[in-house]
Amino acid sequence: MSSLSRDEVANLARLARIEMSEEELVNLASEFTVILEAVARVQEVASADVAPTSHPLPLRNVFRPDVTKPSLTPEEALSGAPASEEQRFRVPQILGEEA
Amino acid sequence: MIRSSAVEMASALAKGEITSVALTQLHFDRIASVDTDVHAFLHLDTDGALAQAAAVDAKRAKGEKLSPLAGIPLALKDVLVQKGIPTTCGSKILEGWRPPYDSTVVTNLKNNDIIILGKTNMDEFAMGSSTENSAYGPTHNPWDLSRIPGGSGGGSAAALAAFEAPLAIGTDTGGSIRQPAAVTGTVGVKPTYGGVSRYGLVAFSSSLDQAGPCARTVLDTALLHEAIAGHDPRDSTSINAPVPNVVAAAKSGDVKGMKIGVVKELNGDGYQPGVRARFDESLELLAKAGAEIVEVSCPNFEYALAAYYLIAPSECSSNLARFDAMRYGLRVGDVDGASAEEVMNLTREVGFGREVKRRIILGTYALSSGYYDAYYGSAQKVRTLITQDFTSAFTKADVLVSPTCPTTAFKIGEKSNDPLAMYLNDIATIPVNMAGIGGMSLPSGVADEDGLPVGFQIMSPVMKDERMYLVGAALEAALLSKWGGPILSKAPSLGGLA
Repeated sequence: MSSLSRDEVANLARLARIEMSEEELVNLASEFTVILEAVARVQEVASADVAPTSHPLPLRNVFRPDVTKPSLTPEEALSGAPASEEQRFRVPQILGEEA
Repeated sequence: MIRSSAVEMASALAKGEITSVALTQLHFDRIASVDTDVHAFLHLDTDGALAQAAAVDAKRAKGEKLSPLAGIPLALKDVLVQKGIPTTCGSKILEGWRPPYDSTVVTNLKNNDIIILGKTNMDEFAMGSSTENSAYGPTHNPWDLSRIPGGSGGGSAAALAAFEAPLAIGTDTGGSIRQPAAVTGTVGVKPTYGGVSRYGLVAFSSSLDQAGPCARTVLDTALLHEAIAGHDPRDSTSINAPVPNVVAAAKSGDVKGMKIGVVKELNGDGYQPGVRARFDESLELLAKAGAEIVEVSCPNFEYALAAYYLIAPSECSSNLARFDAMRYGLRVGDVDGASAEEVMNLTREVGFGREVKRRIILGTYALSSGYYDAYYGSAQKVRTLITQDFTSAFTKADVLVSPTCPTTAFKIGEKSNDPLAMYLNDIATIPVNMAGIGGMSLPSGVADEDGLPVGFQIMSPVMKDERMYLVGAALEAALLSKWGGPILSKAPSLGGLA
């Protein structure tokens, strides 16, 4: 259980949207054997009667009055865009049809 | 003047002995002479800082009431956005990006007229303990340039130790303020989670990340803490309560009758002899100052590191999904006919470094169906157990203490191929983040065997941050009279410069 194959790492990389070289996949797979063995120790004490904690604070939804406040101009919002067009982000083709 | 504390600089400014413009220029001069060796800074905002300093001088000339740190220079970790100033988080994926807004920490600094000199180096997206994971090259420890300055906030800590700035901002997810402070002989505080706004702090692990103050003295750190802390409606996890009275605590340093709990599990095997010797000596000094030393046990701390390396990567795999090459930052492979997904894959391959990829993949695995309960779910349960350990320990002691790190600064390159050995640096600092409480590291001397600085960690309950400052101030005062001067006077000079 505490190890990952090269193919499993390749699948995770695909899910995480990171292209990886063969060398990276193989290296990560071997590193993960050691890392997973170390982190799997959490299972020693995580018994069913312990409630999980997702956050240090007791979070509640925070509401604010619905009033207009100053915000970024379209130029500012697009200032870091790799490409933009007509006040919009220009992105590569998203759907699979022929361009 | 650059070796003075921020309080001393503020006093010189108030008396008219120096202007903020001159003080700021002195620091830029210092940076020009030492930063080629130290490499604490990624970006300098010379014009902006000098203009800001001139504005403060003008306010002072008009007799306006100014904040205690008005006109004092500061180094800002490159993970907090500042409008118009490059923010890289130590990553290629953000190279050249200039954010269109200020983080709340930056807004608070500007409102207090604190001069922002520039952005400091860090492990990429704050993932690391040595600043070796920066895409822009490592930072060097001013005590020994062949050694790491800690991480992820190695740039901020090194800037303080090299007298490039008297104040700095760090962020701490598993020890990234406290461990660099420990290995550079400086002071760093991770406030209670929610004590300082995370708005405009580029997220690594949202339930653990916390920005905080760094300086060379406990009082300077407290003044900076007060300047940046407070409720912020723009951060839904910001605590809506008054800022703990940290400045008064740092000025008092009265620990008479306080109970100081030594965490049994954060000592012993794996801790360098010189680290343990300095820790024991500090306990004796605190006892002499009137504190009562008790021992406490936190049996679940031994699982904290394992839980951290599941929770932090899980949250990071989600947070770093925003770097998708669509709205800002790097875009690679946008050729005719390339799909958005192909561009994303290529951009993230080129833009992220090794450690960031390692953690994204680990987090993706820990959150994937079939493994979620065994890894992420179990880690969340450990988080509960650690918090319970703290709650129980704080019924026996007002603060808890330990060495900040098991060892002094190691050599650059020594652990970069062994992720687990690197992760072990944070063994004593991680529990604090898991429970969301406050933690401070301050210098407790140098280790006999290598002459390098050792950190003393103080942990306080949620929103009782003032207690760290009481104990820190008491210890600092006792150590100063023992040493006969600040610890950084023991550091070798840089490049022959005093």
